[in-house]
Amino acid sequence: MTPGAETAAFWSRLIDLSLLTMLVLVAYTMLRSRHLFAIVMLSGIYSLLSAALFVSLDAVDVAFTEAAVGAGVSTVLMLGAMLLTVRREKTQRLGRASLGIAVVALVGAALIYATTAMPAFGDPAAPANSYIGAVYMERTAAEIGVPNVVTAVLASYRGFDTLGETMVIFTAGLGVMLLLGPGSGRGGRSVKDRPGKDEAP
Amino acid sequence: MSIEHLVLRVVIKILFAPILLFALYVQFHGDYGAGGGFQAGVIFAVAFILHALIMGLDETKRVLPAAALKAMMVVGFLFYAGTGAATMLLGGNLLGYDAIAPNSDHNEGQHYGILLVEFGVGMAVASTMLMIFYQFAGREPEIRDEDW
Repeated sequence: MTPGAETAAFWSRLIDLSLLTMLVLVAYTMLRSRHLFAIVMLSGIYSLLSAALFVSLDAVDVAFTEAAVGAGVSTVLMLGAMLLTVRREKTQRLGRASLGIAVVALVGAALIYATTAMPAFGDPAAPANSYIGAVYMERTAAEIGVPNVVTAVLASYRGFDTLGETMVIFTAGLGVMLLLGPGSGRGGRSVKDRPGKDEAP
Repeated sequence: MSIEHLVLRVVIKILFAPILLFALYVQFHGDYGAGGGFQAGVIFAVAFILHALIMGLDETKRVLPAAALKAMMVVGFLFYAGTGAATMLLGGNLLGYDAIAPNSDHNEGQHYGILLVEFGVGMAVASTMLMIFYQFAGREPEIRDEDW
């Protein structure tokens, strides 16, 4: 390995590590916080950090979607939903916390153990990089002729899938309209009741 | 009459057009770089959401009424499905874009097909996102200042 490549590898590892550390910190803060506004904002930050992580994994299309949908629209929609409820999460008595911790630790350990069997990142023999993925990479230039293979797979090879996805989004919009809109039980009128007395000042 | 959030109002007025332009760039540049209909639709919706957050939802509804969004949701999805139906009528498979320009030697049909369905996706996603936002935001009059 040349010295230049070694330095680049060092820096990219450092960036990955700091991003992952920040993800864990943000997730922990979200768990500890009871202030819903702070949690919504932190979830936006979490999405933005994961988008940065996707960029460092060279998955720019995924990163783009995560930044636009996760950090952008979801945060605003969560804010909109938050306004319809109280501002602070109710504290609840935790019974049998030790049992929960044991289950979480067990499942977590199993998952971490499973990652050791996963192929290394960028491994050419990994299932994601061989079989159909490699076929798409080979054929796109001749069959579709667009430089971005992701778009070729999304819109052409898997065009029928994307049709279904568009319908899912349409259906989601329809569902929200039926639940909250003019056709719903409340008739789309705005909520007048103020947050209840269990809201902390 | 005093103007609330003056700085934010000026900023969104400056940013509104560039955000829409960026959405169009992402929309039509999806074959060459990152992006496509989904991302472009979300960015397009975000411009109007920002407008609604700062100017108030009623102001945004004057620009883009909910009835228009309802139509856009349907038209966007049907645009995609219609492209599939059109390729079938032209003698190809469902969404087999080569039927659009069968005699092309540089995949012209694929390029047209991808542009058409991405346009449908962008329209459906943008209008659906905005519609969901309208429904949520329309239920409470305003975000009170002390909630921020």
